[in-house]
Amino acid sequence: MNTGILLQIAQTLLAILLAPLLMGWVNQCRAWLQGRSAPPLIQPYRTLKKLFHKEAVIAHNASPLFRFAPYMIFACMALAAGLVPTLVNDLPFSPAADAIALVGVFALARVFLALAAMDIGTSFGTLGARREMLVSFLAEPALLMVFFTASLISHSTELPTIVETLAHKEFVIYPSMAFAAVAFWMVSTAENARIPVDNPTTHLELTMIHEAMILEYSARHLALIEWAVALKLFTYSALGIALFVPWGIAPHGDFAALPLAVLALLVKMILGGATLSFLEAISAKVRLFRAPEFLGTAFLLGVLGMLIHFLLEV
Amino acid sequence: MPTVSLSDFAPVEYAWAGVLFWLALGFSALFLQRLRGLLALIFPLGALGALGMAGVGLAALMGAGSAIVLPIGLPELPFHLRLDALSGLFLVLLGGAAFGVTLYASGYFRQLDTARLALMALWFHLFLAGMTTVLLADDAYAFMVAWEVMALSSYFLVTTDHDQPDIRRAGFLYLLIAHVGAVSLLLCFGVLQGGDIGQMQAYTFEYMRSAELAPFWASVAFLLALFGFGAKAGLVPMHVWLPEAHPAAPSPVSALMSGVMLKTAIYGLLRVTFDLINVQEGWWGTLALTLGLVTALYGVIFAAVQADMKRLLAWSSIENIGVILAGFGLTLIFYTDGKGALAALTLTALLYHALNHAFFKGLLFTGAGAVLHATGERNMDKLGGLMRVMPWTAWLTLIGALAIAGLPPLNGFVSEWLLLQAFLLTPGLNQPYLNMVIPVAAASVALAAALAAYVMVKFFGVTFLGVARSPAVAQAHEAGWRERLGMLWLAAGCVLLGLFPTQVIALLSPVVLQLTGQTLVNDGSWLMLAPVDAERASYAPLVFFAVVLVTLLLVFIWVRYAYHGRMRRADPWDCGYPEQDARMQDSAEGFGQPIRQIFDAFMRVERETPDPFDRHPRYRGDSRDKLWVLVYQPIANLAAWLSDRVGRLQHGRIQWYLIYSFATLIFLLVFVTR
Repeated sequence: MNTGILLQIAQTLLAILLAPLLMGWVNQCRAWLQGRSAPPLIQPYRTLKKLFHKEAVIAHNASPLFRFAPYMIFACMALAAGLVPTLVNDLPFSPAADAIALVGVFALARVFLALAAMDIGTSFGTLGARREMLVSFLAEPALLMVFFTASLISHSTELPTIVETLAHKEFVIYPSMAFAAVAFWMVSTAENARIPVDNPTTHLELTMIHEAMILEYSARHLALIEWAVALKLFTYSALGIALFVPWGIAPHGDFAALPLAVLALLVKMILGGATLSFLEAISAKVRLFRAPEFLGTAFLLGVLGMLIHFLLEV
Repeated sequence: MPTVSLSDFAPVEYAWAGVLFWLALGFSALFLQRLRGLLALIFPLGALGALGMAGVGLAALMGAGSAIVLPIGLPELPFHLRLDALSGLFLVLLGGAAFGVTLYASGYFRQLDTARLALMALWFHLFLAGMTTVLLADDAYAFMVAWEVMALSSYFLVTTDHDQPDIRRAGFLYLLIAHVGAVSLLLCFGVLQGGDIGQMQAYTFEYMRSAELAPFWASVAFLLALFGFGAKAGLVPMHVWLPEAHPAAPSPVSALMSGVMLKTAIYGLLRVTFDLINVQEGWWGTLALTLGLVTALYGVIFAAVQADMKRLLAWSSIENIGVILAGFGLTLIFYTDGKGALAALTLTALLYHALNHAFFKGLLFTGAGAVLHATGERNMDKLGGLMRVMPWTAWLTLIGALAIAGLPPLNGFVSEWLLLQAFLLTPGLNQPYLNMVIPVAAASVALAAALAAYVMVKFFGVTFLGVARSPAVAQAHEAGWRERLGMLWLAAGCVLLGLFPTQVIALLSPVVLQLTGQTLVNDGSWLMLAPVDAERASYAPLVFFAVVLVTLLLVFIWVRYAYHGRMRRADPWDCGYPEQDARMQDSAEGFGQPIRQIFDAFMRVERETPDPFDRHPRYRGDSRDKLWVLVYQPIANLAAWLSDRVGRLQHGRIQWYLIYSFATLIFLLVFVTR
């Protein structure tokens, strides 16, 4: 097996293994900001371990789709993590799917989660599924617009080429990317079920979006979904890094740059997680029907980014 | 191109033989009413004919074009038939989708009584033959005859259950719009033949190809074609017949109409614009792009608020036609701008989408038909939980739903991906204002695609998942083996079209070459789709699929191996609420409510909400098309008013009628002798 494939597998595994750590870090930061005593950094791992050891309890009327969905969601997120250039650029799997396909992978996972939520036929499950689809029908095109802005600059929808153009060519300031960055932040809060669109720690069912969909899950299925959620946060963070602060990602085949890439990733993730929890701490959750307005703004910002590109940068 | 006389068994002759075979099957059904056993063979034989037709189409795609002149038709204008790459591709589409649907129909119609089955077989095969002849026709007369056969046979198919007034009304609306469209097409051909009224030969397509039209008349012809074919395809605002006719028709017929018949309009539009008209104007593309995007968004928004599953699918067809037309507009823009390679990419995307839509919409309509057959219910608010009683139908429909939602690695994603790539390649255009429009257009396509996922989660989730909302549904049965086989074929089409895009694009390339003069260059290997340049964009669905599959397996094995597979069944938790019942799930109306709330400017919402003291609270919400009130109602009122005025001339007194004739005669004499 050549080194490329080994690196690819290593990077994906690293993402899978580190994802709960990022989640733990974000939770810790938020606890500090809220003046609570923070849970340990490795709390997400403990939760996962506990869940995996439990016996799964499943509703009588659950269909095979319900049991299949967690695996599918986890696989999609692992795939997405493998696609985003995190440590090394231009890995062998990346030509299999570009940025548009990445959006498709996220959509696939989301549709399976929404369908699984509707499977049992409980009121909260369908409510969550409906809200999730409501949030995503604006978030998904907004994310596409962000990618489009980046790909118009780099003349490519391939993530490695985008990173290559932004990180390793001469340094240019792109005004359009500023719009894209704001849109991306708004989309990532929505897609990762964070404040202001959703609250990951809520215990009030009526305000839930993501949590409402997974109320019926337990044990290993819940663990897989929780892990996939952490992985999604990690992938989105890696994506944000790759698009907006790509410096440090090792070019293809450059092993000497690898330690630096690991260090850069750690620093950026620590800062990114802290920023995320800070932004969460200073904003309030919006009412559900304000969420489309929030995401509509993100969508418009994405389109504006593209227009700015045509106006100023062509 | 001169009419070449080819060897005895040219593809076009096989295709015509297929048409005759279907006609023979259809008419023989009328005489087989006493022989039920033989009658049952008609549909499977028709399906075989469809498979053969797909084969002929493939042969035509790979080989050269062929033409014949039949000794029927007008004395000076016999039927000209021609099978080139463009017709060949649409024959593949027709044959491929019709095989699955006809196989399905053979099971679906088995419970009809003999007389109705015979009539159904007649109209069904006449419909297939009509659509095929539309694709083969090489003169305006044969085209219009085939077009009318297609319209009329499908009218009779739509009104199969003509004892219900709603269905008669839907059929009338369909017939009306089909004929307004047909008149427009007739005028279009009149313009295209370039003013040689006396010359019958001028109505052959061959003559039209060589005729030089002034740009003004070319634009008139294009607009007439866009209107005429748009009426058939469901372009907004001529879309109103689709959500009425599709729920009225039996499901296999809806599948054929939506999957194949709408595509004949796309075929016609491509034929007229790129083949028959010699000069193209840039603004045509902008117009088609705008109309297409409006149609796509309008269709998908209304799809999201429907409660009738077939109506939902009909609206979703309008959306897909909009996407195809947007692709058509973009192709025209690139083509007139001299960007042949980009036009080739966009045309590939639109043809791919047409092919995809035939398969997944066929699959979804047959799936909906299986549900309708098993439960007798089209209203999603009374369905639910069917995944457990009809697992085959449910899983196959799920494939169709995921495909139409544009999710990788299925087929809907490929065409969407190609179209979005085309949008990203626009910065090279020469007109700066277009460069500004394109991002907005790309955003609209992305929005429509994301909304399509919403619609499909609603369609599948409310129908197949959850708990049965009415007692009848719990006793539903699985579809028969022929239905399942038909759906399996269509689902396999969705999967294969998704996994092997490079091969499909290679098949499309003769058509693209014929229309734009260029082909799409694939920079990748057989595994990897990379239009234009592998550095620029690439997508390898097979690798993608394999990795998903391997990851799934690895995760599953790891979870089982490292932990355990223990599982216990219990009542649903639902946050500890003990008295939940089926009515607490989202209804179809409830699931669409956010979309209704956001887009209610487009809709006319009628709502009936109970007040707190109602003994039998009833909620009814109905979101209707505002265009119906804004466009059609005034036209209908005007027509009624006019006929009322004209009606005053008729009062049944013979002397007045004689005076009318006398006055007319005098008037005409003055007119003629002047």
